[in-house]
Amino acid sequence: MPDTIPADSVGLVTPQVAQFDDPLTLSCGQTLPNYQLVYETYGELNADASNAILICHALSGNHHAAGYHTMEDRKPGWWDSAIGPGKPIDTNTFFVISLNNLGGCNGSTGPTTINPATGKAWGAAFPFVTVEDWVESQARLADRFGIKTFAAIVGGSLGGMQALEWSVRYPDRLKAAAIIASAPKLSTQNIAFNEVARQSIRRDPAFFDGHYLDNESVPENGLGLARMLGHITYLSDDSMGNKFGRQMRHDEYQYNYEIEFEVESYLRYQGEAFSRRFDANTYMLMTKALDYFDPAARERGDLAKVLKQAQCEFLLVSFTTDWRFSPARSEEIVDALIRSGKHVTYTKIDSIEGHDAFLFPIPRYMAALRGFLGRIAKRLPPKETV
Amino acid sequence: MRADLELISDWIAPNSRVLDLGCGNGDLLDHLAEHKNTTGYGLEIDADNINLCIERGIPVLEQDIDAGLENFDLQSFDVVVMAHALQQFRRPDLLLDEMLRIGKEAIITFPNFGHWRNRIHLGVKGHMPVSEFLPYNWYDTPNIHFCTFSDFRDLCQQKDLKVLRWAAVDGQLRNHWWTRMMPNLFSETAIFHVSR
Repeated sequence: MPDTIPADSVGLVTPQVAQFDDPLTLSCGQTLPNYQLVYETYGELNADASNAILICHALSGNHHAAGYHTMEDRKPGWWDSAIGPGKPIDTNTFFVISLNNLGGCNGSTGPTTINPATGKAWGAAFPFVTVEDWVESQARLADRFGIKTFAAIVGGSLGGMQALEWSVRYPDRLKAAAIIASAPKLSTQNIAFNEVARQSIRRDPAFFDGHYLDNESVPENGLGLARMLGHITYLSDDSMGNKFGRQMRHDEYQYNYEIEFEVESYLRYQGEAFSRRFDANTYMLMTKALDYFDPAARERGDLAKVLKQAQCEFLLVSFTTDWRFSPARSEEIVDALIRSGKHVTYTKIDSIEGHDAFLFPIPRYMAALRGFLGRIAKRLPPKETV
Repeated sequence: MRADLELISDWIAPNSRVLDLGCGNGDLLDHLAEHKNTTGYGLEIDADNINLCIERGIPVLEQDIDAGLENFDLQSFDVVVMAHALQQFRRPDLLLDEMLRIGKEAIITFPNFGHWRNRIHLGVKGHMPVSEFLPYNWYDTPNIHFCTFSDFRDLCQQKDLKVLRWAAVDGQLRNHWWTRMMPNLFSETAIFHVSR
């Protein structure tokens, strides 16, 4: 809990809800007749709506990217280190929008919200959503604000995929894309990890084929297990080693299956905490959205050809110890951008944190983001002085 | 801007697509973009330089040149430039081949080890040269493949490369009649513009 709000914080924020009554046809063929998106904004939109930055969240992220909801909050939003007055995503200059994606479980229409057709929670009946669908829904949210063109769209991991998709789906609606610790599509190994996560959820008897809400049940074990597995892949061997090593609970081996090594305790805690705050159906949907993303498939695997349409400037960032989306995966995007002659900057940041590094305020990484967005800020019309 | 970069930019045609290997703080690409309307990228591995490039809006790619340039397509750039870096790589000869695979032309600048002051250092004093321009000791120098103006010209000949232009300049990177007359002895920096 903050006693006082730090000067470089966006402060207390209140999530907003946007209701959409234009039907949205999804990639899977189903149509959502109406839906809601919950979002937060930081900073002020300028007169010609040219200073907006869209933040796209990753697998388990949500709209609460910066600031505090109440003075009792234990922690600020998930990317508070990067968003705020004077921070790399500077809210003195930019108007920042962060939303919870469709299919999420933090207020936007998804498996935990009521399906108007049945009057009950969607649960497993919620349609599959893709990165493309998210971009469509985000574009409609932008329309609400009168934002024709974003100054930048920024995202890490699955969020980076959304920024990439924006650059080719609506090339004239963004000036810049910052794609961080991302990939142009999942590798076989990535899909394999996702499948193990899904199986651990589906095989939990409390899952009831996704209808656990109707059965007043929560597949905590399955979701917790999925998160434990995921969590390992977000960290690096070194970061886990530094944090826990072979630290033990007891001085001697106990020869049982209770917690002996501290890393076991940590993982169980992570799994349990996550299964309390996240929805299993949403987790399943998000992993599928990751699996399905493959823009190069539209041109028989030729990513450069797909990216030809892009008009924005790109910043790509990878992290040396990230093995979930390794630097080589970011470089696939970089190379395709070079081939298509686009304005691209790429930096590979030394870090120990693995894939999670994109959430840490690593000085070189923050400087790159600040420098990149600072260039974009210079092209904005001068601020009106009252 | 460094005078050798000024010279190089005179040799680059307007609207060229340029790849600058070891682009430093991006001075050359910035100058070229402004005066010659060029496009292209700089490769760099120094963190401070990369951030300077980002702040200036220069498309910089963090890539280790010694690890290979296979990600760049055949003849995909008009000019590939390497200013004061060739002597720092593991195989300058193979790098030269790579530069001319990727680019239609290449421009290379390097310190001329045959300069008379270096000869005195080595020939008379018996020590590896240390100067304002080459301020390293033999054991900590990044310059692992020194060559002279003549050595490089010979390499071009061996490889059957066309030397489109060359320049030989002094420590202040100025052209003189004596650096032009006896480049191997009087030039501190050699500049070559080559193609296949």
